[in-house]
Amino acid sequence: MSQNGKMIRKEDLSFWQRIYIPEILKGLRLTFMALFRRKITIQYPEKRFTPPDSFRGRPVLVEENGVERCVACGLCSRVCPALAIEVQANETALEKERYPEKFEINMVRCIFCGFCEEVCPEEAIIMSKEYELVFESQEEAVFGKDKLLVPIEKVRDRLEFLHKHR
Amino acid sequence: MATITIDEKKFEVDPQLTVIQAAAQQGIEIPHFCYHPKLSVAGNCRMCLVEIEKMPKLAIACATQVADGMVVKTRSERVLKAQHAVMEFLLINHPLDCPICDEAGECKLQDYAYKYSIGASRFDEDKVHKPKRYPLGPNVILDVERCIMCSRCVRFADEIAHQPVLTFTQRGDHVVLTTFPETQFDSPYSMNVIELCPVGALTSTDFRFRARVWEMSSTESVCVGCARGCNINIWVRNNEILRLTPRQNEDVNSFWMCDEGRLGTFKFVNGPGRVSSPWIRKDDRKVTVGWDEAIAAAASGLKAFKKGEIAGLASAYATNEDNFAFLKFMRDVVGTKAIAFLEHTAGEDDDLLIRADKTPNAGGVRALGIGSNADSILRRINDGAIRALYALEDDIAANPDWKNALAKLEFLVVHSPVENATTELADVVLPASTYAEKHGTFVNFQKRVQRIRPAVATTEQDRALDGFAMSRWDKFASHNDRWGKGPRRDARPSWRIVQSLAGAMGTKWKFTTAENVFAELAENVPEFKGLRYLSIGTRGALLRTPQRVTEKA
Ligand code: SF4
Ligand code: SF4
Ligand code: SF4
Ligand code: SF4
Ligand code: FES
Repeated sequence: MSQNGKMIRKEDLSFWQRIYIPEILKGLRLTFMALFRRKITIQYPEKRFTPPDSFRGRPVLVEENGVERCVACGLCSRVCPALAIEVQANETALEKERYPEKFEINMVRCIFCGFCEEVCPEEAIIMSKEYELVFESQEEAVFGKDKLLVPIEKVRDRLEFLHKHR
Repeated sequence: MATITIDEKKFEVDPQLTVIQAAAQQGIEIPHFCYHPKLSVAGNCRMCLVEIEKMPKLAIACATQVADGMVVKTRSERVLKAQHAVMEFLLINHPLDCPICDEAGECKLQDYAYKYSIGASRFDEDKVHKPKRYPLGPNVILDVERCIMCSRCVRFADEIAHQPVLTFTQRGDHVVLTTFPETQFDSPYSMNVIELCPVGALTSTDFRFRARVWEMSSTESVCVGCARGCNINIWVRNNEILRLTPRQNEDVNSFWMCDEGRLGTFKFVNGPGRVSSPWIRKDDRKVTVGWDEAIAAAASGLKAFKKGEIAGLASAYATNEDNFAFLKFMRDVVGTKAIAFLEHTAGEDDDLLIRADKTPNAGGVRALGIGSNADSILRRINDGAIRALYALEDDIAANPDWKNALAKLEFLVVHSPVENATTELADVVLPASTYAEKHGTFVNFQKRVQRIRPAVATTEQDRALDGFAMSRWDKFASHNDRWGKGPRRDARPSWRIVQSLAGAMGTKWKFTTAENVFAELAENVPEFKGLRYLSIGTRGALLRTPQRVTEKA
């Protein structure tokens, strides 16, 4: 397929393309030049990749002063295109009135789109830099509050990034 | 008749009507907060302003009577400007609470903010803050900040519930809705103000924060709390009932229902007390068995007695279909005439909705020709003449006389959705579906036949294939989603259990749906003649009176 979507047929090729060797040499030249470029391969898992602030790793819940910011409004759950989020609200004596009695994200369903982060009225759910997600069963992939809650100190750079690009 | 023009269309209308009523009749929406068809006109929200030719100022449609030749404009530029202004004004001190507000998704203020407002506020001062959790009574909690002072709840308390305890205090933006000192709003109808409130100021103590409205499915059904049979919607999420709300039916309950019915008739469906599977008593121990074994045990148990020794108790809690199948079984298969049902009354009829008869179906059982004189059966059990009893969904043993009598029986078969004093004494217990898990009909005290529909799925039902109302969660849940795994009970509608039992005793019936049973019922019982599920619809239909005159309620 050519770039404009038109099919290239054998008879469309030029003479030089049809004799094949010059094209091979062109390709080899590119490979050879790459030997002298900056290396971008990381020796994972010995070395780890530190993603930029714009990276969308797995969603986490922000914990501030020992409680989750989340008010269990369920908007993330509603907007999630993959139906990954389940929230059960309940009443709390705190000023925010409601809190998530249960908050679960099914990481197998999640497609890391960041819609939940975008819709949240409390900046309570944000995309972290965590990209290593390994499970041995479907059940394990359902993260509850225990795995989702992260102290605000650890996610400051993402919050700042969000404020800057609002 | 008066001829009026609304938005350049001419209509002939009743001159007694107000502009808002006349427009509503013609399908033209005039936005309103304080106006409600069942309450007096207050005219305080100003949302219903319309332009009327020859009137210098805009007029409120809820308090302006139509007149011949009147020309009304509901969407002129002046009107739109006024609507924007009213919305902006109402929103000045309104909190940005939608994410945590139970009303979100069914809120007039929210809807109108899209439809009738420019969506921008010029107010950048601090909003007034007011109490967020003020209990008006045991069942209703007020969020004063969200109140738009429409006074619907105040008028409801005065005019419908006849408990005039709500009022406003303070002035201007400090107005606060409250109860009079030393009173609380605890009328048996108090919770109706929750739906009546156009915003989320009034919330249900029971349902508060339990779910967002868009997460639930809603199914049209009928309250089983008393013989009124108020029309309701059953709201379900993850196969669990979370709330009941009244559904308008001018012939039965108008817009209302009582708090008792709303709170007291659904928890047992979700509850831990359900009969989890059929069981039989072996050597004085309860043994859980499969359906076939339980049915076989009931059949062989009943066959051991002569027909004169067996009696049947129908139930005013069961549907007409269930009682009809039961009656057919007792008469045709067992061959006994000892059939009756127990009445359950408490208190008195009041002048709004509540009936002393606490069962939804006593009228239906009577229409089938089953009498409520169970005393002769009771006596014959005590005499030892009746030795076996087959009983539909009713806690007979809650009555001490019956409890003693049941203990004397040699064989007792019971259909029951929940474990209770009667199942304690039974030899075979067959788990029956509740009203929220099956199709069927009840007959209310006005002799109105009304339909119930399944809202909660049992193990053998499938929400999609069986035509249930489905929420988004129901539609997309797969095998590994916890939110799709709400508990399902192994229960069956009584008419089907009776059919299986008839089969086990050698008589095959061919009902496949509750509608089939109803069709045969309507053929055989004169009062039901000509009725069909389709004609009963969502509003109900009156039984024919024995004199064959159709009356209008
Ligand atoms: S990132 Fe997208 S898919 Fe994942 S939980 Fe959030 S909204 Fe759902
Ligand atoms: S949108 Fe934010 S506040 Fe609302 S439930 Fe999700 S995380 Fe909680
Ligand atoms: S609480 Fe609701 S119904 Fe009552 S006055 Fe306020 S807005 Fe109106
Ligand atoms: S009046 Fe009767 S039927 Fe109506 S809601 Fe109350 S209990 Fe139910
Ligand atoms: S509806 Fe007419 S003033 Fe409120």
